[in-house]
This record gives sequence, structure tokens and C-alpha cells, in this order.
Amino acid sequence: MRYPTFTLPFTIGLSFVLLYILVIWTIWIVRLSRREQKIVWKRLFTLRTIKAIWESFREGLLHHNIYKKNAVLGFMHMGLAFGWFMLIVLGNFEARLYPHGVINPPYYPIFFEFFRHDLTPLHEYEEIFTFLMDFFLLLVMTSIGLAFFKRFRSRALGMRRTTKHILIDRVAITALWFIFPLRLFAESVTAGLYNTGHFFTNFLGQWVIYNLPLDYLYYPAWWAYSISLGVFFIALPFSRYMHIPTEILLIFLRKYGVKEKNNHSTFTTIELNACSRCGICIDACQLSTTLNISDTQPAYFLRDLRYSKPNERLRETCMLCMRCLDACPVGIEVTQIRKNERNEFPLFGTSNYDYLSEHKYPKAKVAYFAGCMGHLTPSVIKSTLALFDEAGVDYTFIDKDGSICCGRPLQQNGQVDAAKQLIDKNNTIINETNADVLVTSCPICASEFKHNYRLNMPVLHHSQFLNDLAKQHKLTFKNTGEKIIYHDPCELSRGLGITKEPRELLKNSFILEENKKNTGEKSLCCGGSLGITNTSLPQKMAIASDAVFQLYDGKTNLLATACPMCKKTLAMAQETVKVLDIAEVMLNNLEPKKKKVQSQKEPAEAEVLS
Amino acid sequence: MIDFGYTPMPITVHNMDKADLSLAKWLAERDETFNHCISCGSCAATCTAGKFTDFSFRELTHSIRRGEISKAFSESEKCMLCGKCILVCPRNVNTRNIVMLIRKANQIFKP
Repeated sequence: MRYPTFTLPFTIGLSFVLLYILVIWTIWIVRLSRREQKIVWKRLFTLRTIKAIWESFREGLLHHNIYKKNAVLGFMHMGLAFGWFMLIVLGNFEARLYPHGVINPPYYPIFFEFFRHDLTPLHEYEEIFTFLMDFFLLLVMTSIGLAFFKRFRSRALGMRRTTKHILIDRVAITALWFIFPLRLFAESVTAGLYNTGHFFTNFLGQWVIYNLPLDYLYYPAWWAYSISLGVFFIALPFSRYMHIPTEILLIFLRKYGVKEKNNHSTFTTIELNACSRCGICIDACQLSTTLNISDTQPAYFLRDLRYSKPNERLRETCMLCMRCLDACPVGIEVTQIRKNERNEFPLFGTSNYDYLSEHKYPKAKVAYFAGCMGHLTPSVIKSTLALFDEAGVDYTFIDKDGSICCGRPLQQNGQVDAAKQLIDKNNTIINETNADVLVTSCPICASEFKHNYRLNMPVLHHSQFLNDLAKQHKLTFKNTGEKIIYHDPCELSRGLGITKEPRELLKNSFILEENKKNTGEKSLCCGGSLGITNTSLPQKMAIASDAVFQLYDGKTNLLATACPMCKKTLAMAQETVKVLDIAEVMLNNLEPKKKKVQSQKEPAEAEVLS
Repeated sequence: MIDFGYTPMPITVHNMDKADLSLAKWLAERDETFNHCISCGSCAATCTAGKFTDFSFRELTHSIRRGEISKAFSESEKCMLCGKCILVCPRNVNTRNIVMLIRKANQIFKP
């Protein structure tokens, strides 16, 4: 057989992309730190590999994560990825089952219809293969149609905004969009001429385009198909479609336990390449939904970091609320990457907090830390301590005379070294109490204590601790039967995964009004976030009032939250809903244990008298 | 010199005609809320760092407006960025942003 020239663009493109992937994967794997390589080797022949294979299939082809969030969007991605995959697999089977042999050049299965018009040697498989090939082509075409539609009317597919793409992405996406219509056209022309294909291509060829000069169109159609494939493959490594091969590697590495560290590494490069800029993070971001700032989301931030360096505005305009982290279908550690990027710009000195004195506090079983924001809302401290007293908790209030900031605000703004000074100081104060448990009112502090401190005691948020007390019947509450809304603070729900305990505690006295859309791990940020500095207070208030009215359904005017900062921000932003801390609402509904207190006192007094 | 046990007071008069207001201008260009401050002292009253040392955002604004740039640079480092002052400011001054900007200016303005 003479070499079919028209397959050249495809063959060149495919060889280029395969070679590129091979080289870049090798570079990445070699450049992983020794520790990471060790874990990968150690875990290579374990169940993790099988799980990773399954996840690659589920996420890479079926796009299960997107499907869970938005069925139509999920179908669009699934149709394109799984449909294309099946076309390649079935095409290969078909070509290899054909009697001339199993070994054939790579372009042969792809352009099989060009080479073989008579499929009768496939015998009983002929019908099923031609049907399936047409079926999957139809599936892919449906997805392409949806994708095309989405570019112009994204709302119809449940996306408020789609990503604005750069030139190379536009080239790649155009080539991708052309591949399947051109394949369909080429196969239809072939079907028109040779009566091949099944319900889709055969119908189009025999009944729709039979009037066209098919003889003249035959070669150009196959050429065009091959060129579009070639262009796509050449553009792939430099465009967002690099996520296709990278995501597989990422899934495997993640399953073996490789994670983002405190600075950029090779794993970061892999994560950057795995971002498909699908734009799901844009809609998840409240800066976009409330303030219309739609150009600083991870899709853009990661893109700029991949090609060069994001500018200051891009780096700093993020509340670090982690909503995008929860929304990302690829599971890229977006927030950590952004923090690491901010860390490269230290602004504070390393001995500037020498003025801080370390107070000594009496020892007790429970160390209570109110935090800066706790001190800003004294009613939270008062209520929490009143409940402690009621339950007879032996506690010591370790930041009574002014708290040293936990260091999280500095850390979130890239000042790791400065934060370290605060962390060291607090660490000593807390460890010196030798308490059994550290309780804090502030989820921001709780998160910092848990993730960056070296404490010799467990850390609990006051909602957890109070819930424990209620469970042990040390605190009893009146059942009011009133309705209440609960707002999950970012650091508590997404940062620490604490969503059940506050609800259990509230259910002692209230009926929870749950809004399924924005609760738990999907909760809205109050806007007060300490991770951002460049939004003004009115902007923050806009985010806060949006957050309240997303939860508010008119059935109750009472909202409880578990973060002093959220409380302050949400209360400042609107007047419809009364915002209280979880400790305050529970104190209001406390069933006083008068009898017990008396009975305890009486023998004591009796002893004194005797 | 004879030791009287006391010395003349340092001159505290600021000649505003000669004051170096470059930092104040630079800040106001980047965050206009810098000019909104009325020095009410709410920030100073809540300040976490102010509990331990002589530091407040109000003083910081003052020294910048007087042209005491180097003092502002060294003072601004005492801030812990905890963010209480933002929530109490009656004039919506974006205090944390201004502190961050002063720290950035510290790197840019250095000769």
C-alpha cells in the first residue's frame, strides 16, 4: 500500500504529543523529592494503584465529580472524554479483528473507514462495530454541541461564567471542536460513496449529503480531519488540554500520598498542568458572585503561575475561604498553592514581636483561648465561660490579659517567618498550662493550632466542647421548638471538617432550618476573611449580607454561627436576621441546675458548721 | 555640661511645609481609605498589639501624615494583622491593607 499522505499531520501530531508526555512525565518523576519518590515506590504494588486506576477511569473519562455537581455539565465532559476514548478503543479492536493482521500503523485504526469500505470480513461483528462507532460519534457530537452552546449561553448549562481563554487555548479548543464534525463529515462522505457506516453516518451520507460532489470531497474531508487532529495534538502540551495526561499522573501521585508542601515543588508543577481551566472555581467564588471580580480565581491564578508569575493583584485577591478547593473537580490544592506563592514575598521582620510578654496562667484541666476575635466580641467569651461554670469545668483562661494573635492572619498573607514568632510564643504559653485539652472560641485559631502548632494536648472548638458537655449531661437545655439557621464558618467546616457537632448542640433546643445548597463543606464565607487585604469594608459587607440571605428563608430571624468574626461581620451587614454565637444561644436556653448546686452546697456548709 | 537632672525637651514642632508626605501620598493613591481616618482611636482601643506595647494604627497614620516615614516603617512591623481594627473602624478604613502597603513601601522606599 502506498503511504497515505493525508495521515501525515495526524502522525506527526501524535508522535509529538506522545514523546512530549513521555519526556515531561520522566522529568517530573525524577524531580520529585527523594522522600516522595520513596513513598511512591513503597506503595506502588499495593491496593492504592488499583484505586488510582479506578479513579483515573472515573474522573478522567466519566467525570464523576463534575456530574455530581451539575448533571448536564458532567454529561458534556463525559460524552467528550468517554465517547472519544471508546471510539479509539473500538476503532483499534475493529482494525485488529480485520483479517489482515493485528499489527498495523497507528493511523490505521483512526482512519479505518478510509482504508476499508467492505467490512464483511468482520462477519458477525460488523453490525455491532459499525453501530457502536456511530453511537459514540453521536455521543461526542452531542457533547461538542453542548460545549459550543455553553460558550455562548453558559447559564443554560448551569455555569454563570466560563473561563476567558488565552490564544493557545483558543487554538486548541477550536481544533478540538473541529475534530469530530470533520470526522463525521469524512465518514459521511465515505458512507455516501461506499454505503458504509450505520444509523448516523450512513444516514447522513446516503440521505442528506448525497447531492454534494462526494468524489471531490472525499480526500479533502479526510485531510481536514487529519489536520485538525494534528493541530490539536501539537497545541495540547502548551494549552489547557495538558490536563488530560497530567491528571492521570496527579491521581496516581495523590493516591500514593504525595501532597503540596509549604513551598512550590515539582508536585506543584504537576498540579498546575492538571488544571483544565474549566472555570467551575469561578462560580464557586463569592468574589465573583457578589462583587463581580471574576478574573482572579484559581483558573486564572494557576494559569499565570504555570506560564510565568501571577501579578500582585491576582496573588492577593482571594479570601482563602476554600470554596474553590471544595468545588475543584480535579482536586487541585489551590489554597495551599496560593499561600505558598504569597510566602515568596516576606514583608515583616523576624524580631519585631519581641515586645510580647508571656503571661503565666494557673494550671487547670481545660485551657480556654478566646483569640483576638473572641476579645472583640466579649459576649462570646462571657457566654462560653458561663456555660463552663455551669458544667463545673475546671478551666484556665489563658489569654485573659490580651491574646497574642495565633499567627494565622500573617500566615495567610504570606508572612510565615513573622507568624512563626507568634506561634512560638503561644505554643509555650499553651504547653506550660499542661491542660488536658485546649478549647478555643475562634475557628481561625483552632485551625492554626491544629495545623501549625506543636501542642501536647488536643484542640477543640468551643462548639465541640460544649456539645461533649451536653452529651455527658453536664449541661441541659430547654427544648424551645424554635427554628434557627446555622452558618458554617469556613475555617470550621472546610478547614477542620467540624459540621456535625455545632448542629447536634443546637438541636438540643432548636429545630434547624437547613438550606442544603450552602451548608456544611459548601458553606458561604462571611466575607470578613483575614486572607484578603485588598477588599474594602463595604465589599465585605456585601458578601456578608449575600451569605445571610442565601441561608435566610423567612421562617426564622435567628441565626447562629460558631465564629466570633463571622458573628461580627454577619451582624454588621444586615438588620433582618439576629446573629448570635452558638455559645450565646445555648446560654439563653440553659436549664439551670439549681437543685444540684444546692445539694452540693449543703453538705459543704454542714461540714463547716460541724 | 552640668547635669541638672533633666534635659531640655526634644523639639516636637513639626514643620508641615518641610514634612515628607511622599508615603502619605503613595498610600492614598493605592488605598483611598487612608484619607478617611479621623483619628478617633477605635482601632487603638481594640488593638491586639496595643495590649502589649505602645502601638496603634491611629499613631501610625499620625506619623505618616507628619512625614515621620522611618518611624512609620519600624512601627508598622509591630502589627499582627489580626484584623480587629477593620471591624471597629467607623470610617471603613481598610487598616490591614494599609499596614501591608506600608510594609511594601518599606521595601520600595529604601535607598
